[in-house]
Amino acid sequence: MADELKPEELLNQTRQNHQSNPPITSWMDTPTIIRKGMYCYASNPKSVEYLGLPNARKWNPIEDDWKLPDNWQEIIHKGFKERLERFRSIKVFMDICVRCGACADKCHFFIGTGDPKNMPVLRAELIRSIYRNDFTSAGKIFGRLAGARKMTLDVLKEWWYYFFQCSECRRCSVYCPYGIDTAEITILGRELLNLIGLNIDWIATPVANCYRTGNHLGIQPHAFKEMIEFFCEDIEEITELKLEPNFNKKGADILFITPSGDVFADPGTYTCMGYLMLFHYLKEKYGLEVTWSTYASEGGNFGFFTSHETMKRLNSKMYAEAKRLGVKWILGGECGHMWRVIQQYMSTMNGPADFLEVPVSPITGTKFENAKETKMVHIAEFTADLIKHGKLDLNPSRNDKYKITFHDSCNPSRGMGLLEEPRYVINQTCNHFYEMPTNTIREQTFCCGSGSGLNAGENIELRMAGGLPRANAVKYVHEKFGVNMLACICAVDRAALPTLMEYWVPDVGVIGLHELVANALILPGECERTTDLRGEPLSEEEGE
Amino acid sequence: MNLNYLFSLLAVTVLFLVPWVGVDILGKKELFGLIIPYFAVLIFIGGFIHRIIHWAQSPVPFRIPTTCGQGQSLSWIKQNKIDNPSTTMGVILRMILEIVCFRSLFRNIRLEYREGKHISYEWEKWLWLGALAFHWSFFVIIIRHMRFFTEPVPFFIKALEDLDGFLQIGLPGIFISGFVLLAAVLYLFFRRIYIHQVRYISLASDYFPLFLIMAIAISGIIMRYFTKVDIISVKEMTMGLVTFHPVVKEGVHTIVYVHLFLVCVLIAYFPFSKLMHSGGIFMSPTRNLANTTRVKRHINPWNYPVPVHTYEAYESEFREKMKEAGLPVEKE
Repeated sequence: MADELKPEELLNQTRQNHQSNPPITSWMDTPTIIRKGMYCYASNPKSVEYLGLPNARKWNPIEDDWKLPDNWQEIIHKGFKERLERFRSIKVFMDICVRCGACADKCHFFIGTGDPKNMPVLRAELIRSIYRNDFTSAGKIFGRLAGARKMTLDVLKEWWYYFFQCSECRRCSVYCPYGIDTAEITILGRELLNLIGLNIDWIATPVANCYRTGNHLGIQPHAFKEMIEFFCEDIEEITELKLEPNFNKKGADILFITPSGDVFADPGTYTCMGYLMLFHYLKEKYGLEVTWSTYASEGGNFGFFTSHETMKRLNSKMYAEAKRLGVKWILGGECGHMWRVIQQYMSTMNGPADFLEVPVSPITGTKFENAKETKMVHIAEFTADLIKHGKLDLNPSRNDKYKITFHDSCNPSRGMGLLEEPRYVINQTCNHFYEMPTNTIREQTFCCGSGSGLNAGENIELRMAGGLPRANAVKYVHEKFGVNMLACICAVDRAALPTLMEYWVPDVGVIGLHELVANALILPGECERTTDLRGEPLSEEEGE
Repeated sequence: MNLNYLFSLLAVTVLFLVPWVGVDILGKKELFGLIIPYFAVLIFIGGFIHRIIHWAQSPVPFRIPTTCGQGQSLSWIKQNKIDNPSTTMGVILRMILEIVCFRSLFRNIRLEYREGKHISYEWEKWLWLGALAFHWSFFVIIIRHMRFFTEPVPFFIKALEDLDGFLQIGLPGIFISGFVLLAAVLYLFFRRIYIHQVRYISLASDYFPLFLIMAIAISGIIMRYFTKVDIISVKEMTMGLVTFHPVVKEGVHTIVYVHLFLVCVLIAYFPFSKLMHSGGIFMSPTRNLANTTRVKRHINPWNYPVPVHTYEAYESEFREKMKEAGLPVEKE
């Protein structure tokens, strides 16, 4: 475990893995050993059962017997066939890879572990080899020579181990000359594994929670309200203003949905306070009514990491709640995979949302043409528009103690293209902003190492290794420009990056975009602030 | 050396010898000059179409382009209209750049673990250059070979020949494309052997087409520069093939049959192999779709209803707690 493995040791281990040749035996003959620190615990049977998903039982990945149904091979084969018929992406990606290797050193898990099976191409070959054996004539005739192999228990275990070592970040698909997307492959792999009950608990339980209580953390409605009200008390201490957020309010203008992680743990909580302060400002100044929902209290969607069907089941609450409350449109908070789901899946799965209006900012009059079908606007777009129209009173010097760099989250970058909006907001709310090297930002950004449901405690070595490329780029700007804050627009980032920074670049903190906004935002009637949202002095000098 | 590499080399060597035996010893000129070429072309066309239809039969349920630049957003934010297209024109440009210039491969960088703590990413355009050289020279060679299947030879083929032969060295004049192809294919082969990661992922089916194309290029070069080949007879044969009046001419050197046979193997093998990437690239949903799902609804033909947890069920479970906390409820 990384608790025992010091950063220097982990780095040496990785460097050695990279510099030494791959195993002499071919990858098909190299057995996979499920190693502590690299895998997540098996799903809790109660969670699997609550969702009505197959094969709920207690099992342990490091035991030999995974308690699979007797006909598991048949289930996988049928499931595979069905998905080939449903997804052209998978069919094409199974056939056209030429193994040029351009993707190999683009994966943060490969860079960070040096394990050849973490090369995107080989991760895909794990499943392609079965595809060739089961579905192609070349594979049936030539077998291994054509890269085919039979499905065995060992192969299944290998799938499980490596499809939960991919964070579906899509970086490899940027470099692939055919756009082969390992996220698609991993989604397929995990979907097949779920058919025989092979999920991890860090995904299965949040999904069950979300289904029941409306959010991944299982916060019940009364507690959700209390937690938000607790933030209002903190804000009152800082600004001497009393905030009264709306909950489940019918007839509000806008429904706001954000990941529940930001309600739960630092530093996401400060981002959440930032949202509350922005909405308070807009209500006081412009009479905008934003409501929170306890039923749709989760922006994120761990169903996406389970199966397409589960994703749809969880996502349905957004539109259902917007309809019930009769709002005009939906505003979405800062989150990564949540926005991939909204941008590329939501209206297809659960639309059309014809009961909503095309989003128009009532304050600036801006019509969000880019969201006219889905009717859901990203808060970075919303805030950037407000600032551009001069609708926010800002004092960027309140962020002066921060030297900021910005971490593009995978999904908004490669599944959406939200790059300039957050940068504009940072530049308008802060005075010191430095970019990380070009190869590590925007569409080439590196994952935090914990995305797609891998942010558990037991796989800490995997997370620290996977986050190494990101941390390495932060370290570069930390040393060069004295950067001390890593800004982001993702709740998983806010949960994962603090640990990562502590491990690799201990002097750098993590901050959400709307914490920066709220630090700079001058609320009508507020007292002179002496602290930021974290209750720390506004500048280093004042603290002395 | 590994098994994959050896097997492919062996297979191509055997394929190289087959027409020597077949034509020189067994005298099966019709088989190698007429029947096999027709079969190969049939397999190629039928197989290619079949594969494309096979792919097209599966729908694209979700619009999943990989966005590689700023998306369409507020009016004052500059969109990257090619790498993150929101129009058909943008998609077409993106596809052209991808197919003609290998745009994504151009992004390639190489990971370096430096001594000390930093990881760095180094300039690496060799794969892009090698791939461009390989595909473009192959393309030029195919066009040039059209002179064997057309009468009169169209002007653009002659123009291309002039361009290809502009060095004007030797007699017969040297065509650069043939040597570029051979050099590029050797580069692609050696990088597969030399870069240990790429060697590790390489299958027999990765080496086989490389050896095959190498053999085709070498037999072509031998024919043009080293053996006296009766070009007029060859053209009579090739014209006979395309006009469906096939003839076999005497005095055509066996190397011509070797060259032809290897090409036949390549095109017959094509539809069943990774070489289908040439068709697949057009159907890759991460590249050939506009990023417009928030603007226009994309329809999933197999979208089916799923069990959901309704608000009513939620309120029923938590109603008392909600009332106590002052949250509005539908049913008192």
